[in-house]
Amino acid sequence: MIVHVDPDRCCGAGQCVLAAPEVFDQREEDGTVLLLDPRPPAALAREVADAVAACPGGAIRLEEGAPR
Amino acid sequence: MATAAPAAHPAPATHPAPRGTCPFAPPPAYQQAREDTPVTRVTLWDGTPCWLVTRHQEARALLADPRFSADATRPGFPFLSAAARHLGAGKTSFIRMDDPEHHRLRRMLTGDFTIRRTAALRPAVQQAADRLLDAMTADRTGADLVAEFALPLPSLVICLLLGVPYQDHEFFQRCSRTLLRRDSPIEEVVAAQDELTAYLDALTDRKRTEPDDAILSRLVARGELSTEDIGAMGRLLLIAGHETTANMTALSVLALLRHPDQLAHLRAHPEATPAAVEELLRWLSIVQTGVTRVATEDVEIGGVLIRAGEGVVCQINTANRDGRRYPDGDALDLTRDTRQHLAFGFGVHQCLGQPLARLELEIALDTLLRRLPGLRLAVPFEEIRFRHEMTVYGVETLPVTW
Repeated sequence: MIVHVDPDRCCGAGQCVLAAPEVFDQREEDGTVLLLDPRPPAALAREVADAVAACPGGAIRLEEGAPR
Repeated sequence: MATAAPAAHPAPATHPAPRGTCPFAPPPAYQQAREDTPVTRVTLWDGTPCWLVTRHQEARALLADPRFSADATRPGFPFLSAAARHLGAGKTSFIRMDDPEHHRLRRMLTGDFTIRRTAALRPAVQQAADRLLDAMTADRTGADLVAEFALPLPSLVICLLLGVPYQDHEFFQRCSRTLLRRDSPIEEVVAAQDELTAYLDALTDRKRTEPDDAILSRLVARGELSTEDIGAMGRLLLIAGHETTANMTALSVLALLRHPDQLAHLRAHPEATPAAVEELLRWLSIVQTGVTRVATEDVEIGGVLIRAGEGVVCQINTANRDGRRYPDGDALDLTRDTRQHLAFGFGVHQCLGQPLARLELEIALDTLLRRLPGLRLAVPFEEIRFRHEMTVYGVETLPVTW
């Protein structure tokens, strides 16, 4: 699983941080997405999928990849 | 026996529609419309036809779809009252704009409402909640929970964040009430809007010479915004920052008092308060008039072709009780899976202040239940007056004892 974020589409609602705080954070200055872990462990798959679904701006995309 | 097929063209309903016997439930006509078809035709207060989207999946998709505009100056944009039409024609804040302008303005505030910045407010919100309850419970055994707790708590917090003096709360709460009433006479709406704008303009001017660390002052310091722009943002934050949480708090308490099993669950599991808040947000969905958009091109939603220039209302309260997404959606169940509820909207306009709302609601409910183990209604439930005429649903007063 590889996570891609598009800060230009991010509206800073913080939903990803609530869903998967190990993977996402927000930039201090404007609240836009900060990707902490682009290749999260498979154990976080559900949390990351929740973050993708919850993102109101559609700013998170998943790419299937070999689990780390 | 054959079941009657849903009518191909359901009878046109009005918007708003009256609620039924349960004051917590959405209008029965809309609940029925949701079961008949994903998209319904309704007639607005001024006779304008409009589409009503009642199901969760379709409402969520529509709110995330940039082909539906939030720009109130676009022809065909649906207004749900004369007040809304007046306000939409004037200087609007970014919630009535589309990207890229919406994005540019919203981003000036998103840093103030991150999860981390909001969490840092916890001690201040807790202290405010405790002080209000200290005052409310001193030497008394009864009070109006709206006036003494639910309304002042978020008002104090938004004043702190914006840099607005809390001593002016009666003034801005009065303006806010007028602006959010669907049946306010238009001259009162004009006056309230003008008064609030003049107030914020004067405050903004003062921040130029006496700056502080709060939001209004920092918007001034950016040097990119006109006084008019700052005033529009200030109005939005001040109104949205206190009306919504105030009504959610009081209505949540009432809902819990009417569901003793759920209240007992929450008292036994205070650690589950954040989950309870999510369920109350879903079940109450207080933005009762829904969210308005206008199509910018022809789009098919739920098998219906919505043409460019046609207005749409996303009916949040029926979508959030849609059994297709939330089984037994009319039941208040503090342990259910509430993910993807639409109480804060969806798409790039989703509520900016939602982390703050969640924090305030969590602290308000937790503090009330912890400190007032005997909390109960002081009047019969039938005497509670609900805010049917307001954009944001709630109760007028909530007399309680403990």
